[in-house]
Parts: sequence; C-alpha cells; structure tokens
Amino acid sequence: MQEILRLIIAKGLRTEPAPEPDPALLATTRRLGEEVRRCFNGALTIRHVDAGSCNGCELEIHAVNNPFYNLEGLGIRFVASPRHADVLLVTGPVSRHMEEALRRTYEATPDPKLVVALGDCGCTGGVFGESYASCGRVSNVIPVDVAVPGCPPSPLAIMRGILTAIAIGR
Amino acid sequence: MNPETLTIGLNPLPGAIPAWHGETYALKWDQTAQRVRGHGGFLVSVWGSDDSDRGQGCAMHVAYAASGALACLSLPLGQHRTYPDLSPVYPAAVRMQRAVKDLLGLQASGSRDTRPWLRHGAWAAGEAPLRKDYAIDGAGTRRSEPYAFVPVSGDGVHEIPVGPVHAGTIEPGHFRFHAVGERILRLEARLGYTHKGVEKLLETCTLDSGARLAGRISGDSTVAYTWAYSMAVEGVSRIEPPARAIWLRALLLERERIANHLGDLGALGNDAGFAFGLTQFSLLKEDMLRVNESLFGHRYLMDVVIPGGVRGDLRAGDIDRLRREADTLGRAIAALRAIYDEHAGLQDRFIKAGIVTPGLALTLGLWGLAGRASGMAWDARVDLPCRPYDELSVRAAVRRNGDVAARVNVRFDEVFESLRITRLLLDGLPGTAICTPPGQAPDRAFGVGMVEGWRGPVFIALHTGAANRIHRLHPHDPSWQNWPVLEHAVMGNIVPDFPLINKSFNLAYSGHDL
Repeated sequence: MQEILRLIIAKGLRTEPAPEPDPALLATTRRLGEEVRRCFNGALTIRHVDAGSCNGCELEIHAVNNPFYNLEGLGIRFVASPRHADVLLVTGPVSRHMEEALRRTYEATPDPKLVVALGDCGCTGGVFGESYASCGRVSNVIPVDVAVPGCPPSPLAIMRGILTAIAIGR
Repeated sequence: MNPETLTIGLNPLPGAIPAWHGETYALKWDQTAQRVRGHGGFLVSVWGSDDSDRGQGCAMHVAYAASGALACLSLPLGQHRTYPDLSPVYPAAVRMQRAVKDLLGLQASGSRDTRPWLRHGAWAAGEAPLRKDYAIDGAGTRRSEPYAFVPVSGDGVHEIPVGPVHAGTIEPGHFRFHAVGERILRLEARLGYTHKGVEKLLETCTLDSGARLAGRISGDSTVAYTWAYSMAVEGVSRIEPPARAIWLRALLLERERIANHLGDLGALGNDAGFAFGLTQFSLLKEDMLRVNESLFGHRYLMDVVIPGGVRGDLRAGDIDRLRREADTLGRAIAALRAIYDEHAGLQDRFIKAGIVTPGLALTLGLWGLAGRASGMAWDARVDLPCRPYDELSVRAAVRRNGDVAARVNVRFDEVFESLRITRLLLDGLPGTAICTPPGQAPDRAFGVGMVEGWRGPVFIALHTGAANRIHRLHPHDPSWQNWPVLEHAVMGNIVPDFPLINKSFNLAYSGHDL
C-alpha cells in the first residue's frame, strides 16, 4: 500500500496542464471543457462501435482515456450501451457483416445523437475501400456528423473530432 | 524432424528462415499430418488457392513448424472440390478448413462441422469470393444468416448472447454463453464480423503496394505483419536486406511487444478492479508511443518496415535516448511488478482463473504468448529464428500454470527480455544501409515469412503472379489456434471473470477475420 501511494504521489498529475508546451492539446482541452459544460451539462456519453476496423483506431481510443489526455476528466465518458450514449464513435470501413449491427446500434441510440466517423477507413473506406465484404465509409451506412481522418488519428485529433461534433449538436 | 522424415520431395525455400516446400497428393495429405504430429510438430496454417487463371484447378496448402524449420505442402486438387480432413490430427484445423470452404468452396471430406465460419451471408453459400472468377466488388446477398450455435439444455441452464457490439472499446465478435447461475457451462464464439476482403484485395496488389495493406491486417501487430510480409517478398526475390535494417526491424518488433504488453498489463489490473495499474501502465505506454512518433514517425510504427528494409534510421543521439528509455522502463516496470505480485486482491482474481492445462494446450495447439503460459515452450525467436534473433540467445518466457496469473507473468517476463534484447540491438547496430530494394520477383514463386509477434507467431504465405503481382497471399494470425482454446479456458469460471480471462489472451478479431 505504501508503495502504491508513493508511486501515485511520485507520478503526480500527468494530465497535461494549461501551461504545458503542447498548444494543440491545450486549446482542445479548454474548448472541450466549455462546450461540454454548456451543451451537455458535463455528461456527454460516447458509445464506440468497431464496424470492421483493423484495431489501430481502438488503440488510440484507449489512449484518449490515459492520464495524458484524460478525456473522462472533462466529463466525457465511454458507456457500455448505445442506449446511454449521446455520441457514436464509429471506426473501420463498415464490413458487410457489421452493417446490420451498426444500423441497429444507431437506432438504439436516443435522439439527439451525433456520429463521429473515426480514421481514414471510417472517412473514405481507407485501404480496404468498398468490396464484396466492405461497405466502405461509415456514411454509406448511417448519417455521419464529423469525420476524423488519420491512420489511426492521434488522441488529439480524436478529441478535436468530438469537440466539432458537440459544436454541431448545439 | 528433418524433411526426409516426411517422405515427400521437399525443396528448400530461399529466405530468412529455414523452410521447405513440396507437392503432395491426397493419400499423403493426412498421413503427413500424422507424421508431423508424431514428431511434435505444430500446425501453422491451412489455406487454399484458385489457380484456374494459370490453367490449373484449385489447390490446398498447409504449413507445419517442426524442429527448427517450416514445412509447407501443396495439394493440387485439379477439378476436385474435396480434400482429406486434417482436424482429426490437428483440431485447430477445423475453423481454418471452414474458412477455406467459405472463401473457395473447397470442402474437407468427412469434416463433422460444416457450418460456415467467415461467411455470415454477405455472399451466398454457393459463391466463393477467392475464386478468380469472382469480382472483388461482387454484389453478394447482403442478408445475414442465422448461425447454429451448439444447443445446451438442462435444469437451470440459461443463454447469454454477447456482441458483436461489445460493452468496451474492443473489436466485434459474438460470444454465446450457457451458464448455470453465474458459472459458465459452455462458451461458443462466432467470429467473422470484421471480414473485409483482405485476401481478395491483396490479389489486386503488387508485392510493393501490398505492404501497406499487410500493415493493417491487425493494427496492434503492424510490425509483425509487415516484417513477415517483407520476409516472404524478400525470399521470392532472393534478396537479403542490409544488416542494419534487420537489426532495426527487431528493435521495432520488440517495441511493439513491450507497448502491447504494457497496455495489457494495465488493462488486466483494471479488469480485476485495480485502476491504479491501468493508470500507471498507460503512462508508460504513452511515453513509449511518443518516442515512436518522434523517432519513427508513427506511434504504432505502421509502414516503417518495408520490403527490402526499413524506412527511417536512428542517429547516435537517438540510440542514447532509447538506452535511457530502456533503463527508465525497466525500473518502473520492476516496481509495478512488485506491487502486482504483492497485491492479495489482484492475485486472488488472477490465480486459478481461466486455466488451460499444458495437456490441453498441447492437444488443441495453443501457442504464442498464451501457449507459453501453459507450458508450450515455443517462441519463433528461439525455435525458428531469423536474423538477428539467432545471435541474441533469446530466452522464451514459459510458465506452466496456464491461468490468468501465468499469462500476466509471461507478459512481465517478456517485457524484461525485450528490454534486454533492445539494449543488445542498440549496442550492436551494424552498418549504414537500411534498404535493398527487392526488384522484380519471378512469376509462380512461393515464399513464406514468420516472426514472433507479441501475441504469437505471425505467418505469411505468398504465391507470386506475373509482373510482380500477388497471385495469392495468406496471412495467418496465431489467434486462429488460440480462439477455440479460450472456450475451454472459461468453462467452470464465473461469467464476470470472462472479461479478465478474455483480456489475458487478448486475441485478434481483424487479424483472424481478414
């Protein structure tokens, strides 16, 4: 227990604070906080849907919850069910085998809802494109509010994408 | 086992690992499997090909690993559509053969399980997307078909369907639990949701352009896949990348292993209710990813390994930086390991959860990281080493308890071994050149690549076409062997322990579904 406390204290707060030399993240963090407070009263919830991704985007979605980016610290949480979600964060080209599941997830999400398509595949179909097995971009299957490119998009880009989605939803 | 033991004419394949290839006929197909199994060999992969565009029929192919070599066999089928079933010898072959049926319409004769595996209904039962006459943009049916899960009945048995959209941030798949109270009686997985036509798409690529796609077969193993892919391309092109490139590839592969293990060690702590672990390990992982970004231009090292070598070199200052990083990581992880080891609540969840005994592991062919936690002492870096691993005396991390705790310990052991290897690689980084462009590969050549990714051995089989194009490429993830074993590991455990046990295997969906 002593060692756990010692490490917690030694590591300190690693969430990148206001004067840290990462201006892109700083701007995003501040604006996110304000938008979230104003529009969603600090309770924005996200449901992630992997619709056929290679698992690269998922690694970065995990990263936005690490102490450096600390998305949850801004009041934005990932939830276990689309029925609890304000935002669907969709990755991958939509495989034909996930097409129906994605549609149903979208329908299960209460209105008003926002959809962020994540990664090159979500935006355009990426390297996988459209084929006998792939429907390509997310907007070929459900309406998309914001598309965040990148292979995979950085945690910062993901946060910026969520911010943009909130601005639309206002 | 040497190639003569198989009593089939095998020719050595040029390339970075000892490998042999030969043609066989139906009578010998399963006999050979028995012979390999008798000599303690592993089934690596089963795949098929359609060679009708070169005036032949379809063919089946299999790769075995035994005694420090890969043995690959091809079985030309002519106009036949069936071949002998390998699953009585190697149970892991069942799903691979079902996938061959879905994609090529070739049936293992006498196989008991004839349900589709990768095909959910995006294309019709009679269609075969990997046939040369099937258009890549085929319309298919766009109708999802029901799947016949094995029924379970009895007093108090209830069914819990989970997925394909999961509660956490993970890939899609469906798990069908049968439980009595909280205890899992039976689990059956249905995969194939992320099937996105990777193998068909690869057949539209050149050997050069395929590398980018290979790096996106499973995003968390991009170095392993691009290296195995490049190894196959370099084999058929009969070139060897410069020594420095090979050393750098190993450095990248070990970085990929460390980063993934750090992520898993944190997540395993979290799944057992120890959020402190997730926080601490994700800090270490993020630091590493930022170093990757700054030195190699990509946080997950995508597209850094290319056929012929690597993209991007290290300067003297970078090498010092990586040495310091290895020292810092070593100290931090040792401190966290002591905390994990001494945390009674954590160990209570880890120990005896999700046991796979060494006997079961051997029978079902469990391998890679999960296999080593169940006494399967096989690591491609030790048992089938390409350069530079043959010079590094890698020590495979092996445990025998086969529970979550063992899989956690293997990860810890492997991280320390990877840090040791990293220091050796940094000290001995040879030469200056980092790429030898492969040039034109011959038509109808066959090449293989295999490296030990963080999850287990990643295998690539490459059949070349004319004009430096891919005729057929089969990527094989170790998850094919390990998914069925997970179903055994959870039996008798409680449903709430499933996420923990599942995470301790951390198997690929995209890498499996292709």
